[in-house]
Amino acid sequence: MQIASSWKRSAALLAAALLLPLLVACGGAAPAAEPTKAAEPTAAAAEPTKAPEPTAAPAEPTATAEAAAPASDPKSLKILYWQAPTVLNPHVSSGTKDFDAATVILEPLAHYNEKDELVAYLAEEIPTIENGGVAKDGTSVTWKLKKGVKWSDGTDFTADDVIFTWKYASDPKTAATTSSNYTIIKDITAVDANTVKITWAAPTPNPYGSFVSFSGMILQKKQFENCIGEKALTDAACQAANLNPIGTNAYMLKEFKPGDTVTYVKSPTYRNADKTAFDTVEIKGGGDATTAGNAVCQTAEADYAWNLQVPKAALEPILAGGKCQPIAGGSFGVERIVINFSNPDAALGKKRSEPSQPHPFLTNPKVRQAINMAIDRKAIVENLYGPTGVADCNILVVPESVNSKNTTCERDIEGAKKLMDEAGFPEKDGARADKDGKPLALYFQTSINTLRQGEQAIIKSNLKELGIAVSLKAVDAGVFFSGDVGIDDTLNKMYVDMQMYTNGPDGTDSAAYLEGWTCAKMNSAENKWNGGNDGRYCNKDYDALFAKYKAEFDTAKRTALAIELNDFLIKDNAVIPLVNRRTPNAIINGLVGPTYNTFDSGLWNIDSWHK
Amino acid sequence: MTQYIIRKILVAFPTLLIISVLIFAVLALAPGDPLAQFALNPAIPASTRNRIREQFGLDKPWYVRYYKWSTSMVQGEWGYSFSSKSPVINIVMQRIPQTLQVVGISYLIAILIAIPIGVISAVKQYTFFDQIATFLSFIGGSLPSFFTGLSFMLIFAIHFHWFPIVYSTTLKITDFVTLKQAINQMVLPVLVLVVQQTASLTRFMRSSMLDNLPLDYVRTARAKGLNDWTVITRHVVVNSIIPVITLVALGIPGIFAGAIITENLFRVNGLGQLLVTSIQNSDTPVVMALSFIFSILVVIFNMIADIMYGIFDPRVKYN
Repeated sequence: MQIASSWKRSAALLAAALLLPLLVACGGAAPAAEPTKAAEPTAAAAEPTKAPEPTAAPAEPTATAEAAAPASDPKSLKILYWQAPTVLNPHVSSGTKDFDAATVILEPLAHYNEKDELVAYLAEEIPTIENGGVAKDGTSVTWKLKKGVKWSDGTDFTADDVIFTWKYASDPKTAATTSSNYTIIKDITAVDANTVKITWAAPTPNPYGSFVSFSGMILQKKQFENCIGEKALTDAACQAANLNPIGTNAYMLKEFKPGDTVTYVKSPTYRNADKTAFDTVEIKGGGDATTAGNAVCQTAEADYAWNLQVPKAALEPILAGGKCQPIAGGSFGVERIVINFSNPDAALGKKRSEPSQPHPFLTNPKVRQAINMAIDRKAIVENLYGPTGVADCNILVVPESVNSKNTTCERDIEGAKKLMDEAGFPEKDGARADKDGKPLALYFQTSINTLRQGEQAIIKSNLKELGIAVSLKAVDAGVFFSGDVGIDDTLNKMYVDMQMYTNGPDGTDSAAYLEGWTCAKMNSAENKWNGGNDGRYCNKDYDALFAKYKAEFDTAKRTALAIELNDFLIKDNAVIPLVNRRTPNAIINGLVGPTYNTFDSGLWNIDSWHK
Repeated sequence: MTQYIIRKILVAFPTLLIISVLIFAVLALAPGDPLAQFALNPAIPASTRNRIREQFGLDKPWYVRYYKWSTSMVQGEWGYSFSSKSPVINIVMQRIPQTLQVVGISYLIAILIAIPIGVISAVKQYTFFDQIATFLSFIGGSLPSFFTGLSFMLIFAIHFHWFPIVYSTTLKITDFVTLKQAINQMVLPVLVLVVQQTASLTRFMRSSMLDNLPLDYVRTARAKGLNDWTVITRHVVVNSIIPVITLVALGIPGIFAGAIITENLFRVNGLGQLLVTSIQNSDTPVVMALSFIFSILVVIFNMIADIMYGIFDPRVKYN
């Protein structure tokens, strides 16, 4: 009896205590006093838990002051990344975080600014056809280097370092992540100590393919001389150099804990050392985007938080802290639905999703048009993205000059239904079926991510309204994006009817990106699903237009053709763009300098940041 | 005893060998690519990614890679991390102090709290104190650390500004102010872990005490006229603590495994955080090294627990 009643009491108490923090967590700031009560008993019953409390209590006033102190310190800059840098040699990096952490030390010849224009860094000026730097036939480019630039070890930066970086990154054995920016070079010659002439392997309309942006950072020849080839990764001295590169930028490395923190100090040999604002800069990695945002906007422990990739519902309370501003703009990529033009039916066995097997109904342009018209982009943006995305009708949105103004994508569900009727899929009891009476059903996959599952739900209900049944599938991001040939759930194989992810061009030149819709690039078993055209879209007219674009060297005509290519894909509904993502960074009030950036590191101009 | 230890050590080798094969095979079969982050980047075409995979040796079948890994492992060569391109051993060594500090201290505090609470709870069974302790240990044991962690953060860091959210790993203790800072930043992660660990240890201590309290030797001790304090501390606690000591010893490898969620949440650069980010990045050499170290520790501490049992409980004889 006694036991039974005590259990009942315990159960009741347990239920109450469990509910309390839950209520508080949901209720926000107002009931915040209550959770303390819930937490207190733990401390009271567990006597020694109090042990940390006394230490904390006398420290209280200082704690508040200390928490605020580093942020208000005008001589130090604290940056938070929810991914931690693991290596500081950008050419062997494994992600944006590494490129960004390297940007604080190293410099390319030129960086892109937030308007997608080039700004000279190690170069004296940006070479153009007008100033004679770029050969008219697209075969070479000549860069003049800044004079008097010194590495942080005091030696001079010269043309040799540029040539060395090319040799290092283009060697296949080095296995550089940036190699595709350097294998396009046939030769580099030093015209003099401060001039380099790059000759391309093939004439190119883009003279800025190498040595610009984060993939163009220049390594010191002296430091990496013996690291070309396999040694880049296996030699102990080279491994150490990868974690501690000598640079030319305003800051140099003080301490690096891979996977955690990078600490930088002023470089005394920097060309504008007297203007460097901070004594120390720190990039702390790890954790998650939400708490990183809180540490800037609510508690002011840090000055800058990178890539607040969180749903609107979580982002708005963070920004409401009032201590920060979000900077968002440009494009982080276009979230899109890729339509499968081949048949993913499992019954086809090995021929599944092969280009030779046309999709039973998605190859019908009217059906694609109807799906596009049924999707409610406005609802997606307003409910899920908030300030981190804008509804988008184009697949090519950056640079701004190629963002087409000829397209619209307003929701029109009635029009969509009419199109489906015309296409030969009449509606019956809210569902549509083909001629043989087989109901229209789609498999729709994406990666596991709160935001994406929200989008999937909206799109599913949109298409249900249209009469198409959608089955959803969410795949772990590490698998979905892995390109692993042994797995069926990758976006490359696309064994579904539609899939969703974000992508965008990697540079101001859109050729490689737009090539992803040409017939030659169709993914198939033959190319191990690595072509890049995962929708298996193939249209001779598009291929012809793309060939024309690729051969065009005139900038204005190229821009016009890029827009034409975008419009072609959109009018044919080859792919359905949804949202232009503008993943924001948070900066603390009073910090001057950070901008958004589409084609370069967010820290591109860190040399001029100040408080 | 010596014979027993030698036998145990001999068994440990094949055990570790099998463990290492299993971990390696699972890692090799698991999907993932160290360069998955670049999967969609047209600047890093598939050919570049394939070349890097070859450079990492990932194009070879898993048993070939296992052979290479195990032969260099025997020579004390742990390989290099795919993501930081530096020796695995350096990265692991860098993480150990932080984990020992945060997870170790919380384990210590948890033991110091749990044993007295468990004892009092058992002695004063069904009293108000026992009810509260039971109830709280249920909560502590059942609330996941991501929930307590986030709640503590919300309350103590964001609302009251008492403690920082971000654990600074570059902080060097040089004077009283930095010492206070160091303690301050450790309070929240330690608290989260203490809540969890205290809960389970309290339950064990209590039930172990309850097993012993009704036994004859306790009655005999009381009959001798010993006072309650002596009976409990000299007789009951000493006997009931034996299984708890085993439990504590078996929990020590867990300290080295770090606290994955708590370390991540508070950005403590410990082994747990390293393990989870390495798994996410398919950084096989690091994952392999960490899991192997944990398995060695588990085997060793199992042995230690066995031996300690023999020392504390004279009835146990290993022959």
